[in-house]
Amino acid sequence: MRPFKYTNTNSSSDAINLLIKNPNASYLAGGTNLIDLMKEDVEKPNELIDLTRLALTKIALLPTGQNGISIGALGKNTEAANHPMIREQYPLLSKAILAGASAQIRNMATNGGNLLQRTRCSYFYDTAMPCNKRNPGSGCAAKDGFNRMHAIFGWSEECVAVYPSDMAVALSALDANIKVIQPDGKFRSISIHDFHRLPEQQPELDNTLKRGELISSIELPKNDFANHSAYIKVRDRNSYAFALVSVAAGVVLNGNRIVSAHIAMGGVAHKPWRARKAEALLKGKMATVANFELAAQAEMEQAKPLAQNKFKVAMGKNTIVSALSMATKGT
Amino acid sequence: MAHNNTPLTEEEKKLFGDLMPDELDEVIQTGLKRRHFLKLVSLASAGLLASHLIGAEQLFARAVDVDVDVDVEDPPAIAVENGVNVSFRVNSINKKVLIDSRMTLLDTLRERLELTGSKKGCDHGQCGACTVIVDGNRVLSCLTLAASCEGKSVITIEGLAKDNELNPMQDAFLKHDGFQCGYCTPGQICSAVALMKEAKEGQASYLTQNIRNQQGSIILSDEEIAERMSGNICRCGAYPNIVAAIKEAQTGKDIEQTWLFAG
Repeated sequence: MRPFKYTNTNSSSDAINLLIKNPNASYLAGGTNLIDLMKEDVEKPNELIDLTRLALTKIALLPTGQNGISIGALGKNTEAANHPMIREQYPLLSKAILAGASAQIRNMATNGGNLLQRTRCSYFYDTAMPCNKRNPGSGCAAKDGFNRMHAIFGWSEECVAVYPSDMAVALSALDANIKVIQPDGKFRSISIHDFHRLPEQQPELDNTLKRGELISSIELPKNDFANHSAYIKVRDRNSYAFALVSVAAGVVLNGNRIVSAHIAMGGVAHKPWRARKAEALLKGKMATVANFELAAQAEMEQAKPLAQNKFKVAMGKNTIVSALSMATKGT
Repeated sequence: MAHNNTPLTEEEKKLFGDLMPDELDEVIQTGLKRRHFLKLVSLASAGLLASHLIGAEQLFARAVDVDVDVDVEDPPAIAVENGVNVSFRVNSINKKVLIDSRMTLLDTLRERLELTGSKKGCDHGQCGACTVIVDGNRVLSCLTLAASCEGKSVITIEGLAKDNELNPMQDAFLKHDGFQCGYCTPGQICSAVALMKEAKEGQASYLTQNIRNQQGSIILSDEEIAERMSGNICRCGAYPNIVAAIKEAQTGKDIEQTWLFAG
């Protein structure tokens, strides 16, 4: 690992100022991804600003008038998944967090850091290979290489990597907002749908955060499907593996009729993939397996699989149907 | 490290022999250790060791500098870049070390604190062999910077036993042969010990059926143990025995081992 200066602060404005001052500095939160990438020489900061002593860890109701809850960015994944309010009102989020990584990693990883995970594309990790995300302009080795784990939606000639977080897939279905502190000290709020981006011609940019901005919290609006939601993750082994395909589904029901469906997919794109087409088809329909299949089919018809991941199209369809069936049965 | 191996005086020997006769031979042979000191403290608080007794004061004086609050010897200056001074507790002993900012907690434990129980398997957070318990929670020491451990409390496999009594989880792993080569075992046991706390608190897992129903303490099924221990890989495949050991440690009841032959 390359040498770096370690700085610890309990003030978010100090942290932001330190980062702005040094263009090669990085924030450090749980470190479960960053430290590993530094060992691999993929990330090369010369200064780490440790944020784990900032007081941004609380999980609390939003002020009256804005129904919902706020989850501190520096709180641990384990605490978020097990918080009584989240288990009761956002069980989809608990399940998605618990589907990710291992108990040890969830105890270390922060909620904000989870959003900033980098792809696990093996070519991104291998500094001997070309990768536009790691080294812009060098090419994409995955496009015509081993791409079984890669994207089927929204990829570009420059990058076919997928975004690895489970938590963010649930946040997409829950229409979360990411609240950030800007370098001038003012806050801004970014919809989860605009937070991560598709690779297009700039795969080196995973998200729309600007230099120096610091995630302070994740805000979840009130939802009406806490009792009808499901998270299903399909992977090469039963536990502790990244998703081939995952689906977060929430269904608002009136009797057996679907008022609205909320479906997001993981493991298929450079960002959590919101299945808008399937959602539109389900609105107002009866909650039957036949309707779930029609909607899932229509969504997956838009997929553009690569040479080795055609299986993800059928898997995506089946996983959407299973998640909707499970959600309809009740959480 | 600052060990105090000066032989006991006759007065100290007599007093020690009266108070802790079982340990006298050991102390004479290998010197006063931290655990003897802790026992002295407990005897003192129970009123059994009055400070006016001849030798008591000396015993305490020599005990306090045994292994407690150790400043770890610094490495040669040339070996440290971006040095960070870290004070933290490791297995209930205060430690103060000067480290290179790049040092992980795992390397600090193994290379600087002579605690080689925690193992380096993959060094990339994929195998769990380096699992230790920090402030009560299991974490991966290979992805934890030692510099971030200021003021924290770390428990490693070396800190689980109390005196000569093994932690019940260690006993259960021995009884059920929860290992073959043993390399993953310190991580497995630290992980399992922390899992007992998580189950007691009613923490959920991906397998939790009704996540909204928040019960208290959970008795873990085989499937739940497998899911919750999935961060610890055992390449020998001792998994059935590990599951049996954890079940026994959790329930306190004898668990029969189940054997399956490959079909």
